[in-house]
Amino acid sequence: MKTEYKIIVDLIEEKTRVLDVGCDDGILMESLKKNKNVDARGIEISKDKVQTCVSKGLTVIEGNAELDLKQFPNDSFDYVVLGQTLQAFVNPEIVIKELLRVGKKAIITIPNFGHWKVRLNLLIKGTMPITESLPNEWYNTPNIHMCTIKDFVKFSKIINFKIFKSLALTNKNISNINNANLFYKNLFAELGIFLIEK
Amino acid sequence: MNIKENIKTLVIKKPLKLDCGKTINNFPLAYETYGSLNKNKDNAILVFHALTGDQFVTGINPVTKKDGWWSYAVGPNKSIDTNKYFVICANVIGGCMGSFGPSHKNPDTNKIYGTDFPVITINDMVNAQVNLLDHFEIKKLFSIVGGSMGGMQVLQFISNFPDKASTVVPIACTSSHSAQNIAFNELGRQAIASDHNWSDGKYLSNNTLPDKGLSVARMAAHITYLSKKGLQEKFGRKLQERDALKFGFDADFQIESYLRYQGSVFVDRFDANSYLYITRAMDYFDLVKQFDGNLSNAFKKTKAKFFVISFTSDWLYPTQENKDIVIALNAIGADVGFVEIKSDKGHDSFLLDVPDFLKTLKNFLDKSYSER
Repeated sequence: MKTEYKIIVDLIEEKTRVLDVGCDDGILMESLKKNKNVDARGIEISKDKVQTCVSKGLTVIEGNAELDLKQFPNDSFDYVVLGQTLQAFVNPEIVIKELLRVGKKAIITIPNFGHWKVRLNLLIKGTMPITESLPNEWYNTPNIHMCTIKDFVKFSKIINFKIFKSLALTNKNISNINNANLFYKNLFAELGIFLIEK
Repeated sequence: MNIKENIKTLVIKKPLKLDCGKTINNFPLAYETYGSLNKNKDNAILVFHALTGDQFVTGINPVTKKDGWWSYAVGPNKSIDTNKYFVICANVIGGCMGSFGPSHKNPDTNKIYGTDFPVITINDMVNAQVNLLDHFEIKKLFSIVGGSMGGMQVLQFISNFPDKASTVVPIACTSSHSAQNIAFNELGRQAIASDHNWSDGKYLSNNTLPDKGLSVARMAAHITYLSKKGLQEKFGRKLQERDALKFGFDADFQIESYLRYQGSVFVDRFDANSYLYITRAMDYFDLVKQFDGNLSNAFKKTKAKFFVISFTSDWLYPTQENKDIVIALNAIGADVGFVEIKSDKGHDSFLLDVPDFLKTLKNFLDKSYSER
């Protein structure tokens, strides 16, 4: 399992209700059920992946987070997880607000556009960066709203949500992000993982 | 229609108060079973049939001598695996495969009911069928499954009997029959009623059958079960056993010939008055209204696990109507999964060989059964 998923599993308390938005083939949901005895639900846009989840006995609905979160009542989940997809939404602000309406807490992970390789790529080549975690060309990438770890922290102040925990993933190593090290984490982390609350 | 042989019937003694206000008792409910009930009696699946289906879900239908209507999905090792599950299906009341219906005799007058048969509803249908559970001494069904009108019965059943099923699979259906669907049903009913032979529903006493009207009803309905793309790909403008147009009103096109054939074989197995009664039951179905405009309340008392399935090309019971059920369930935190299956086969997709559908249904049932 991806280190990212291991971190998310660690962040979630036992026997809680969790909604995994963009649950992919359900690997995180399976691990949450197995390790944390969680009541896990998923939303997934791909029909094939929904069918994979069903074959694993997972409760998943086919849908799109921007359209389908509104059917869930306020606070219907303890956690809502959004893994590496915030940048793909037309309106990330509305999505974050919806996540925090539906869930008491949300866990959001973002691929860090501030990583030094990305910066160097643009600086040297002068073309849109292509890296291992961002393999698409500018014209076919689903990622239309890329941000950096620093951007996300800034965003929390602009649209007013609390960041409870911020973790950086660098080369499979996990570390805390704080105000003092934000500059470095924003340069070296591949992924930011945030536990947020309204 | 020689239907008396090979039909298992349960006579329901308990009075059943119908939605129309009348009470019926000592009435027959025809059913069929497949597979065997296990010791714990926890492997039973009640399958509900659609408008023109019957209790003969799979194998050869002993009356029509054709494959059962859900042979693709039900049978040994199939989606609803009869090696594993005990499958029960009843002919709906109002139907014409042995259950109490308009072709039966009214014991009070000794005349065939015809349109004197009481109007029945989806609610009445499931209230009749729940008696099968007592008959087989089943406390709780493992699953209830049905497509189209079968799906409506699934929804009504779990709403009426919230603790009588562990899993609930409504397929290609709706919680409230739409104006468009009422309109199509009305077209069918008017086709029947305008056949002179229908004689205000008294055709069985007169020994004349409204075959023309019933076959036109079937032809019109059949179009709604397919998709434009499916029709275009299968038939296009291909001509029927001729090289050029004949400048007349014979079936020049294959699609015309196909529809005429569908109409003609249908009248051999279906009763015109049953068609009126069952389409009426569908039109009256409005679970949203039954719960004062809040569909969620229909499912509040159940802890069952739901799985809703729709099809991309189904314009009769489109995905949005199926999704409304999912939304109502999510609003109360129910356990609900949902998938829209990609298929060009229209509403009929659930009856046909659509591998993604068959696989998904099997996965859901088998996985839920092993985790029960």
